[in-house]
Amino acid sequence: MSEEVKESTEPHVRKDDPRSHVLSDPASKPEDIEEKKGAAAQRVVDPDYLFLEAPREKEFITGSEAAKESIRRANVDIAIAYPITPQSETMQQVGYLYAEGYIRDYYRGEEEIGVMSAVAGASRAGVRVLTATAGPGLMRGIEAIAAWPGGRLPSVLLVMCRVVNAPLAIQPDNVEISYLLNAGGIVLHGENQQDFYDYPLIAFMVSEKPEVSLPAAVAVDGFFVTHARNWVSMPAEDLKLPMRDCYHEAVPMMDNENPPIRIARDAPIQKSNFISYQMHAAWQQEIWAAQERSKKWLSRWLRGLIEVVNPKAKTMIVASGSAVSQSREAVRQATERGLDVGLIKIKSIRPFPTQELNEALDHAEKIVVPEFNYIGWLSKELKAAIDRTDRVFAGPRVYGGMTMPTEMIIDAITNSK
Amino acid sequence: MSLKTIEAAPGFKDYLPQEYKDLIDDGPFLKQRKVSELGSFKEAIEEHPMCSGCAMTLFIRLVYVGLPSIENTVICGTAGCGRLAISQGAVPFVYGNYGDTNAVATGIKRGLDIRFKEQNKDVVVMAGDGGLADIGFHAVMHSWFRKEKFTTIMLDNEVYGNTGGQDSGMTQKGMVMKMAPTGKKFEKMDMLGLAKTAGVAYTARLAPTNPTRVANTVRKAVLIAREVGPTFIQAYTSCNIEYAIPTPKVMDDARAVEKDRYQFVEYFSDEAKAYWDDSEKERKRLRKAAKQSG
Repeated sequence: MSEEVKESTEPHVRKDDPRSHVLSDPASKPEDIEEKKGAAAQRVVDPDYLFLEAPREKEFITGSEAAKESIRRANVDIAIAYPITPQSETMQQVGYLYAEGYIRDYYRGEEEIGVMSAVAGASRAGVRVLTATAGPGLMRGIEAIAAWPGGRLPSVLLVMCRVVNAPLAIQPDNVEISYLLNAGGIVLHGENQQDFYDYPLIAFMVSEKPEVSLPAAVAVDGFFVTHARNWVSMPAEDLKLPMRDCYHEAVPMMDNENPPIRIARDAPIQKSNFISYQMHAAWQQEIWAAQERSKKWLSRWLRGLIEVVNPKAKTMIVASGSAVSQSREAVRQATERGLDVGLIKIKSIRPFPTQELNEALDHAEKIVVPEFNYIGWLSKELKAAIDRTDRVFAGPRVYGGMTMPTEMIIDAITNSK
Repeated sequence: MSLKTIEAAPGFKDYLPQEYKDLIDDGPFLKQRKVSELGSFKEAIEEHPMCSGCAMTLFIRLVYVGLPSIENTVICGTAGCGRLAISQGAVPFVYGNYGDTNAVATGIKRGLDIRFKEQNKDVVVMAGDGGLADIGFHAVMHSWFRKEKFTTIMLDNEVYGNTGGQDSGMTQKGMVMKMAPTGKKFEKMDMLGLAKTAGVAYTARLAPTNPTRVANTVRKAVLIAREVGPTFIQAYTSCNIEYAIPTPKVMDDARAVEKDRYQFVEYFSDEAKAYWDDSEKERKRLRKAAKQSG
């Protein structure tokens, strides 16, 4: 965490008031609490408290269940679902939350472009909105997804990565993240079930910050994370985030409550003149500036945009998603063999932690980038962000659904250059 | 929305454009304007970049008059000629992606219903035949099957006018268009039949030959959508450019097409009919009571 962030981080729990993190309590009368289910029985707490301070307990659950527990605490207004493997189970679980009263509206949409468009509508109306998709579903919805940032539409999209190209397959392969890199939204890439609990909550809060006002995607590798069990530590389920504060965002809501009356918020600027060019150019610049501004909040709540293991090692592995877990094991095995190897986990792909990586890799003589996709989007991103790119060994890679044996990573460490 | 939301702060009003001041002082907000009043109040739309003689523009102007609560209405559109006018209106307008109108409207309507439980917020989709019957077809149909409570208005000029004259699903069979070089091969899509099949509460087809009817139909459709379920208006709004209709003959064409194949029809579901009859009775009773009390 940089000095600048530390300065802005004020303690939210006052030592003399143990309840200062509670922003609002559930219904005050005990009999009301008994009547009220779900969200009505939860306490709204400060995001800092929920993310960084609240006591946690561990459960052994699947990634889909971890996402469900995240959404339970996210104070979501509307969730819009559409089935696709391996995502379906998560949005079914979210549906159960709706049935239990934790979410105010929920429906199964017609297909992904309809779903992603409805997400845009709901976000314009000022409510907190969630959806999820995977692989071909992301491709189908991407016209709408790529328009969310320009609409300055906060929302959270869960992405359970799977193969997107032919021949059709349902297996994990995170090539689909590469299609999100230039869309303008925030993209977090979770390593495991714990991240799939933590990241969506953080994503909602960052997405809705006035200086950010961008959609956020939380990606994990399908099956490895969604369908496997792991230990996840979570605060109590009667805590939730504050509701969306839609009048403190970058653009007015489409609810007729904002002056001036003449709002064509999405005015066509297709005329061929310099005012149109300038408008569009400025708008794009502002989206990417908002990405930069999100770093402050992401750093604070993710406890850094990157995590570094063995920071002084001469060979550094740089990875995101499931490749991080395999790399952790590879580092352990390599260390047993007496090799000097470290690891950087990249948590946020957009915004990309360029400065943090340059600082953490300045000393490195060799950089290995294991990936779960054929095209190697992360190694390309990394090479564009650091100097002395001849240090980068752009691999190993697995794709089409394979997991990555640790031997492949160790081979890359020992055999490359 | 309260009129206070749009009123200028004291001292600031003098610096606002005259157009804005007129909208506050003598605009369409918080009162139901009538077609017969046109010309005597500040309309939601006046200046626009549409072609001379465009029937679609006349129709859109009448839609704004018909909206029962224009100050609480959000309009969703998509690419096409219509949005060039609609985006100039004093009503919040979402210009989304290609053919996404009824999905976006679903999200907006449901979102506003969550946030405004005590206040009606009307959502109206207004887009072309290509936007609704072709590229946005699945979203239109599914919003109807899901019984989403908003109105869909099709500006049917039977052509992709904005892209330069390609045939749409609503073009008549046999017409030679830019992407039907030997004539369109299949019939005009029966959107009214599809609406009925999908369980739309109120469906109407009309041409803009009778302005009062247009405004009344829009009002009816929006009020029924508010209380009962999805409503659909299919309006003939000719493209005088692509169909080479001389500007002075645009209304002659509208009358001829209306007589030939675009007669006014409306269809109520049983529930919508019961609701509408009851609300008409209530309105009559209120009018009578108001008269008696002087």
